[in-house]
Amino acid sequence: MAATTAGPSSGGARPAGHDTVRALLRTVDTKRRRRDRTMTVLMYVAFGVAVLPLVSLLWTVVSRGIGRFDVAFLTHSMRGVFGGMDAGGVYHAILGTVIVTLGAAIISVPIGVLAAIYLVEYGPGHRLARAVTFFVDVMTGIPSIVAGLFAYALFVLFFGPGVHFGLMGSVALSVLMVPVVVRSTEEMLKLVPNELREAAYALGVPKWLTIVKVVLRTAVAGITTGIMLAVSRVVGETAPLLLTVGVADSINGNPFEGRMMTLPVYVYRQFSSGLVPCNNPNVACIPTINYDRAWSAALTLILIVMLLNLVARLVSRIFAPKLRG
Amino acid sequence: MTITTEPQRATQPAKPPATRRRRSGVADRGANRLFRYLTTGSGVLILIALAAVAGFLLWQAWPAFTTGSDELATKVSFLQGEGSLLAYLGPLVFGTVLAAVLALAIATPLAIGIALFTSHYAPRRLAQVLGYVVDLLAAIPSVVYGLWGALVLAPLVQPIWGWVSDVLGWIPLFAGPAADPARVLLTVAVILAVMILPIITAVTREVFLQTPKLHEEAALALGATRWEMIRTAVLPFGRSGIVSAAMLGLGRALGETMAVVMILSPGLTYSFALLLAGKQQTIAANIALKYPEANELGMSTLMATGLALFVITMVVNMLSRWIVARRKDFSGAN
Repeated sequence: MAATTAGPSSGGARPAGHDTVRALLRTVDTKRRRRDRTMTVLMYVAFGVAVLPLVSLLWTVVSRGIGRFDVAFLTHSMRGVFGGMDAGGVYHAILGTVIVTLGAAIISVPIGVLAAIYLVEYGPGHRLARAVTFFVDVMTGIPSIVAGLFAYALFVLFFGPGVHFGLMGSVALSVLMVPVVVRSTEEMLKLVPNELREAAYALGVPKWLTIVKVVLRTAVAGITTGIMLAVSRVVGETAPLLLTVGVADSINGNPFEGRMMTLPVYVYRQFSSGLVPCNNPNVACIPTINYDRAWSAALTLILIVMLLNLVARLVSRIFAPKLRG
Repeated sequence: MTITTEPQRATQPAKPPATRRRRSGVADRGANRLFRYLTTGSGVLILIALAAVAGFLLWQAWPAFTTGSDELATKVSFLQGEGSLLAYLGPLVFGTVLAAVLALAIATPLAIGIALFTSHYAPRRLAQVLGYVVDLLAAIPSVVYGLWGALVLAPLVQPIWGWVSDVLGWIPLFAGPAADPARVLLTVAVILAVMILPIITAVTREVFLQTPKLHEEAALALGATRWEMIRTAVLPFGRSGIVSAAMLGLGRALGETMAVVMILSPGLTYSFALLLAGKQQTIAANIALKYPEANELGMSTLMATGLALFVITMVVNMLSRWIVARRKDFSGAN
C-alpha cells in the first residue's frame, strides 16, 4: 500500500522511492517519539533506583561487618561480655539458628511434601484439595509475628505463661515454611510426565510405590531446591523467634529447654543495645561495639542465606531430571 | 451401585471382591491405603493448623474482649490507664494501614518499571542478571533491612525530609519540622517499599512475559513505538496481575515487624504527619515491643491486636487471590 502512494512521486526510480518509503515508515512524529524516549529513560531509572539500595545495603554490611568477622567472633558466645568489652561473638546464635531452623524443617518438610503429593496425585477433582490449595495460598500471607503469637499461645496452653524454648520457635517457623514447601513441591510434581506413572502402573506397581519410587525420584532435585529456598526464607525471621525462643547470652544446645539465641534476634539485640558510654579511660572500651557486632552478625546471616540460595540453585542445575532437556 | 452389590456379597462371597478390585483399577489396600491416608492427612493437617492459628489467637485474646474497659485500663500497663481495647486498637490499625499503603504507593510504579525493563527493554543476559538481583533482594532478612534503615538510610534521608518539610510543609502530610533522627513513618515506608519490591516485581514480570507475542507484534506492525506497544498490548493484559501482585505486596508490608521496630519512633495517634516522630505505630511492631512487659491480661490485649492483623492480612490476601481467579478466564494471565 505504501509503495503505491510513493510510486508516482518517485517517478519510476525504484531505489530512491524505496528510500522515501522507508524514511516515511520509520519516522514517528516527534511527540510520540519523545514520549517513547521518556518512558525508556524512566524504565532505566526504575532499574537504577532498585539496584541502588541493594548495592548500598550489601556494601554497608560487608564493609562494616568485615572488621569483627573472624574466627574468634564465630567461635565465642556472649557469656560474661558486658559494656564496651572488645569480646563476644555469635557462636551461640549460629547454634541456635541451626537447631531451630532444623527443627522447623523436620516438622514442615514431611507435612509439606505429603500434602503436595496429596494435591497432585490424589486431589484433582476433590473439594478438599481445592480447599487445601486455597488455604495454603492464604497461609503464605500470614504475618510472621502472628505465627509467633500462635506458637506462644499453643505452648502456653501446656506449659503456662512465660515459657520460652527452642521447639516453640521451630513450630512458629514451620507455620511460615509449610506453605512454601507445599507450593514448590506441587509445582515440581506437576512437571513429572504422566507417561512415567502410566508405565509404572502398566508394570503392576502399586500407586504408593509408583509415587515413592518414580514420581518423587524424578522430582527430587526440584523438591530439594524448593525446600532449601524455604529454609533460606525462614532462617532470617526475627519477630516470631523473639516471641518464642527469646534471647540468651550463653550457649544452649537443647531445643526442649531454656531460651536460645538465634542470629536474627542477635542482630536486633545488639542493635537495640545501642552505643556504649565509655567513661573510664583505664578500661579498654569501644563505644560502637554493639553496632559492630550487629553488622558482623548481619554479614554472617546474609552469608548463610546466600549460601543456601546458591546450593539450592546448584542442586537444581546438577540434579535436574534428564527428561526435560 | 453399592446397594445392589450388598446382597450379592451375602450370597456369593467369592465374587464381590473381584468386581470391587476391577472398579478401582488398583487395589486400595494395605500400604496403598495407608499412603493415601497419610497424604490426605497432611493436607487436612494444614487446614487444621490454619484453623488452630485463628482459634488459639481468639482463645488467648478472649479475656481482653470480655474484661471491662476500666479493669483492662488499670491492669494493662501500656494502656496508660485510659481507653478501651478498641481505643487502643484504632490508632494501631491506622498506623499499620498508613505505612503499608505508603510503601505500596512507592513500590508499585517502581516494580512495574523494573518488570517492564526486564521483560521488554533489557537485553536477555542483563535481564537474567536482574532477575537474580531481584531474588537477592527478596532473600535478605528483614532484620538486616532494619539495621541498614536505622543506621544508614535514616541519617541519609534526614536532610531530604527537612527540605521536603520546608518546601511542602503546608501540606498536612509533610508538616514540619522534620524529626532529626529521621525515625519517622516516611522512612519506614521507604524501607518497606524496598522490602516488598521483589515480590511485586517477580509476579508482574511473570505476567508481562506471558503477554501473547502476536499482540505485541501486531501493535508494532501497526507502527506503534515500544511504549505504545506496552501501553496497548502488555499493560491491559497484565492489569489483573499487577493488582494481585500489589495486594500480595500490601499483605507483606502489613505484617512486617522488625524494620518498623528498629526505625519508627512510636506513638498512638491518628496523625497523617509523616515527618514527625512519635505519631504512629504498627500492630506488628507494637507486639514485638510490648510483649516483654506484658502481664497475662496485657498478653491478651496484644493477642487481640495480633488477631486484628491476622484478619486484615487474610482479607487482603483473599482479595488478591479472588482478583486473579476472576480475571484468569479472560486474560489467561495467572
